[in-house]
Amino acid sequence: MIFQLVIGGTATGAIYALMAMGFSLLWQTSQTINFAQGEFVAAAAFIMLIFYDSLNLPYVLSLVLTIVVAVGILGIIFRKVVIERLIKTGLLSVICATIAVSIMVRNSLIFYTAESMAFPSIVSKEAIPLLTIRLSPLDVLNIALAALVIMALQLFIRKTKPGKALQAVAQNRDVAEVLGIDVGRMTTLAFAINAVIVTFAAILVAPVYAAKYNMGLALGLRAFYAAIIGGFNQTRGALIGGLLIGYIEVFTIAYVTSQYSEVVILLIVIGVILFKPEGIWGTKEVWSREL
Amino acid sequence: MRVSKNTALRSFLAKAWKFAAIAAVLLIIPRFLGIYTIYVYSWLLVYLIAAYGLNLILGYAGQISLAQAAFMGIGAYVVAILVTRGISFWIALPIGAVVSFGIGLILGFPALKVKHHYLAMVTIGFNFIMYKLFENQEAITGGYYGIFDITRPSIGALRFESDLAYARVIAMIALVMVIIMYWILNTRWGRAFKMIRENEVRAQIVGVDIRAYKLIVFAIGSAYAGVAGGLLAPLLGYIEPTLFELTISFDFLLMVLIGGRGRFEGPLIGVVVVILLPEFLRITNQANLLIFSVIAVVVLLVAPEGGASLWDWVFKRLTGENPPSLTK
Repeated sequence: MIFQLVIGGTATGAIYALMAMGFSLLWQTSQTINFAQGEFVAAAAFIMLIFYDSLNLPYVLSLVLTIVVAVGILGIIFRKVVIERLIKTGLLSVICATIAVSIMVRNSLIFYTAESMAFPSIVSKEAIPLLTIRLSPLDVLNIALAALVIMALQLFIRKTKPGKALQAVAQNRDVAEVLGIDVGRMTTLAFAINAVIVTFAAILVAPVYAAKYNMGLALGLRAFYAAIIGGFNQTRGALIGGLLIGYIEVFTIAYVTSQYSEVVILLIVIGVILFKPEGIWGTKEVWSREL
Repeated sequence: MRVSKNTALRSFLAKAWKFAAIAAVLLIIPRFLGIYTIYVYSWLLVYLIAAYGLNLILGYAGQISLAQAAFMGIGAYVVAILVTRGISFWIALPIGAVVSFGIGLILGFPALKVKHHYLAMVTIGFNFIMYKLFENQEAITGGYYGIFDITRPSIGALRFESDLAYARVIAMIALVMVIIMYWILNTRWGRAFKMIRENEVRAQIVGVDIRAYKLIVFAIGSAYAGVAGGLLAPLLGYIEPTLFELTISFDFLLMVLIGGRGRFEGPLIGVVVVILLPEFLRITNQANLLIFSVIAVVVLLVAPEGGASLWDWVFKRLTGENPPSLTK
C-alpha cells in the first residue's frame, strides 16, 4: 500500500514540480508571478485535443504542433503583449493581469466543451498487477517523462550558451545587461521554455484526470504551493516542493481525510510561510529593485 | 481654534447635506423599479459593499484577496444561522462582520509576513476550503442544500418584509458602509494607507508599521464582505454554498480592476458594469467572465485607473472641477 502511494505521490508531485519549475523560472528571469500557470496547462491540453481529437492528427505530430502554438501564444505573445508592458508599472499590475488572463483562458476553454474530455496517452491507462500492488503505467510514464524534462532543462541551463545567459539574467538583470546579454530576448526565451514545460505537464496530467476547462485552478494552486514550500528562487526547491505536495496530497487522502486534503496542504503551506518564508530549500533573496 | 472648529463643522454639514441627498435618491429609486429590477438593485448594492472592501485591500494596501466570496459566505452563514435560531438580524449582522474581521486577521497574519504576494494564493486556497466547509458541515450549514427561511429584519412594529422595504434597508446600510470607508480613508489611518501604496520604503522610514496596517486593511476589507453576505442572506431568504464559490471572488477582482483600483469611485463603476451589463446582454455566465476578464486586461494595459478615468473626464466636463477623490 505504502509503496503504491509513494509511486502515486511521485507521479502527481512530478507534475506539480514541472509546473513549479516553470513558475520559478519566470519569477527569476522577469519577476513575474504567473497566476495563470494552471490555466496554461489546461490551455495546452485543449490545444492538443484540437489537433489530436478534432483534426485526427497522429499523437507525436499533435504534440509538436501543440508545443509550437503554446510557445507562440502562452510564451511569446503573453510576454510581449501583457507582461512586458505591465512589469514597468509594478508587480501588482502583473499579478492582477495574470489573474485576469487565467479567468479569460478558463472561460474561453468552455466554448470548446464544458464536458470532461478523455485525453490520449501513449501508454495504457489500465493498472497492471505487480506482485502485491497495482502499478499504473500512467504513473510510471509521468515520473519518467517529468524526470526527463527536468534533466533536459537542467542540461540546457547549465551547459548551453543561451542557458548560461538565462542563468545570468536570473541572478542579476542589470549585471547581465552590462555583460552584453540581450535581457529582453532571454526573458522571452524563459517564457517560451515555460510554455514547453506547461505543454508537457498537460500531456502528463490530462490522461490521469481527463481534460476539463476548469482543471487549471487546482493545478495552478498546487504548483504555487510547491514553489512556496520548496523556495521560490531555486529550481531545486520547486522540484522538492512539487514532490512534497504530491506526497502530502496522496497520503492525506489515503490516511487522514479525502474531503479536507486542501486544508492540510494549506496549513502546511502557512506553516512554511510562518517559520521558513524563503522556503525549505530556497535562499534569502537580495532585492535589487523595488517590487 | 474657534475658526477651525467652525470650518470643520461647516464642512461636515456640507457633506451631511450631500449624504442626505444621496440617501434620499437611494430610497426613492426602488419606488420606480419592478419586482425583478428591485432585486437587481438590492443585489448590486450588496456586491458594492464587498467590492468596496476589496478596493481597500487592493487599492490602498496593494494586496490581492481572492476570498471576498468566502468572507461573504462567512457573514451570510453567521447571519443565517443566528436569525433562523431567533436572534435579531441587527445583532447577527455585526456579529457576522466581526467574525469575518477576526478570520481575516488570522488568515492575513502569516500571508502578510512575507513580501511575495502570498496573500493572493492563500486566499484562493481559503475560498476553496470555506466552500468545502459550507458544503460538508451539514449539521451547521445545511450542506449542499444550504439554509432556508431566513426572515427579513424588523425594528419594533416596522417590518422590512417586502422587497421594496428590504431594498431600502440594504441601500441605507450600503450608504453607511461607503461613508465609513470614506471616513477611514481620510483619517490618519487612511493617509498611512495611501502612503504605503505610493512608497512602501518611505512609509517604513517615517515609522508606519506596514505589516500591521496591511493586516488591518485586509481584515476591514474582509469585514465589508461579511456585511455584504449578512445582507444577502435575508435578501434571498436562503443561502447555499455555490453563492460563495471562488469564481465570485474573481468577479469582485474584475469589478475593482474595471472600475479602477484604489479610486474611491472605482467599485461603484465596476459593480454597475459587472452586474448591469449581463442584464442587458443576456449571455451565459462564462461569456460574461470572458468579456470582463478581457476588459480588465485591456484596462490594465491601457488605462490603469479604469472606469474611474472615464468618470474623471465626464465630471470635469460637467463641473469644470476634478472629481472629489482626486482633490484629496
